Amino acid sequence: MPLLFFMLRFDLLIFGDTGWGDELLISSIMTILVSLSAMGLGIFVAIFTTWAKISGNFILKIFANFYTTVIRGIPELLVIYLIFFGGSASIMYVAKIFGYNGYIELNAFTMGTISVGLISAAYSTEVFRGAYSILNKGQAEAAHSLGLSKFHTFIKVLAPQILKHALPGLGNVWQITLKDTALISVTGLVEIMRQSRIASNVSHSPLTFCLSAALLYLILTTFSSKIFNKLEDYSNRNDIVA
Amino acid sequence: MNFELIYNNFFIILSGLDETLKLVVISLSLGFIIAIPFALARASSFKILSQSVYYYVFIIRGTPLLVQIYLIYYGLGTILFVRESFLWIVLKDPFFCGVLALVINTVAYTAEIFRGGIQSVTKGQIESCKSLGMSRFIMYFKIILPCAFRQALPGYGNEMILMVKSTSLISLITIMEMTGLARNIMYKNYAPVEAFLAAGSIYLFLNFLIVQFIKFLEWKYNPHLRIKT
Repeated sequence: MPLLFFMLRFDLLIFGDTGWGDELLISSIMTILVSLSAMGLGIFVAIFTTWAKISGNFILKIFANFYTTVIRGIPELLVIYLIFFGGSASIMYVAKIFGYNGYIELNAFTMGTISVGLISAAYSTEVFRGAYSILNKGQAEAAHSLGLSKFHTFIKVLAPQILKHALPGLGNVWQITLKDTALISVTGLVEIMRQSRIASNVSHSPLTFCLSAALLYLILTTFSSKIFNKLEDYSNRNDIVA
Repeated sequence: MNFELIYNNFFIILSGLDETLKLVVISLSLGFIIAIPFALARASSFKILSQSVYYYVFIIRGTPLLVQIYLIYYGLGTILFVRESFLWIVLKDPFFCGVLALVINTVAYTAEIFRGGIQSVTKGQIESCKSLGMSRFIMYFKIILPCAFRQALPGYGNEMILMVKSTSLISLITIMEMTGLARNIMYKNYAPVEAFLAAGSIYLFLNFLIVQFIKFLEWKYNPHLRIKT
């Protein structure tokens, strides 16, 4: 182990023109941005797919089940390749229908967000569905008998409780999403993984940069799990401690 | 959509199935065997042992598998000491690098799943083992581990599926398994949807088989939960 320590080239990690420290910092911010927007997209999509699963509509339910089963049963890398190679083409196809014949190219950030977001949505859907299923049915009935509209029942009564029960699961989904963003490096987006590959190719010291990438991811996951713990404490603040 | 292309691609990608299966079977079976002592260490009251496994699991679960794969494939090879030792025979081969990364990864997750199972074994069972005069060894292998495994089955099934999905990352270190072949088709024919459908259906089928297998095992090892007709 001490031997390993001397093999790392710390001089390559300094900030400035000779080191890769600042580049790694910027790429970490990129990773955080992609993860946040993918998580946001995932939750947004998951609201609709969860609704499709629990609305009672048979056809919608089949579609939603198909979506979550397929995404959770297929390697993430394959989904990313599909969006990376097929994303621009399918958007141009749709644009052609609306009469636009130009060339559209999605940038790496958008494609990464869409692909990881769609993966994250499938996991979030299951989390929301689980959280909904442990809600007491009387809650909706009581809200209905108080004369709340369907919209208000959802916003004021059901959604806060679902969110509370879903929070631990969403923490896990966030960890998965954060780690999945490492796969976007194959599309050329310069996040931690890509930056450390570039740096190790230039400087011929892959060990230093692989380890620093691992360390950066470890810091991000640890830090975010702390935040989620705080959020859980906050959401349980009114619980009666037995 | 070109159905002929899907049909042709299907057999090209199917030829990568043996590579995928090799990776899955080797890493899962090695991971299973290694995870048992790790889980026992994690559940033990011996502080140093339990803490060190905790940190191992913490590090592996906190970093993406891709980083671990790159670290082993690109990183370890640059250490002169590794290059000159017998380790190089294993580490110069991308296949074994991939297997090593997958095993290290799955051991962390599986140990955590098994630990949950071991800790779910009730105190009364351990006490009755002791009162029957069983040795520690027999108690662990006849009572605690089988019970723990039964308890851990659903979680372990998820881990198996994750493992099948994880093998796709090995395509990034030049092993041509199914995802690697699918990527080649996407590059060459520019037919992403067709290649995706062909590869995705095989992965889905594999995972479907695993789900059924786990269901069968749960049925087999939980005779007291079966509905009597």
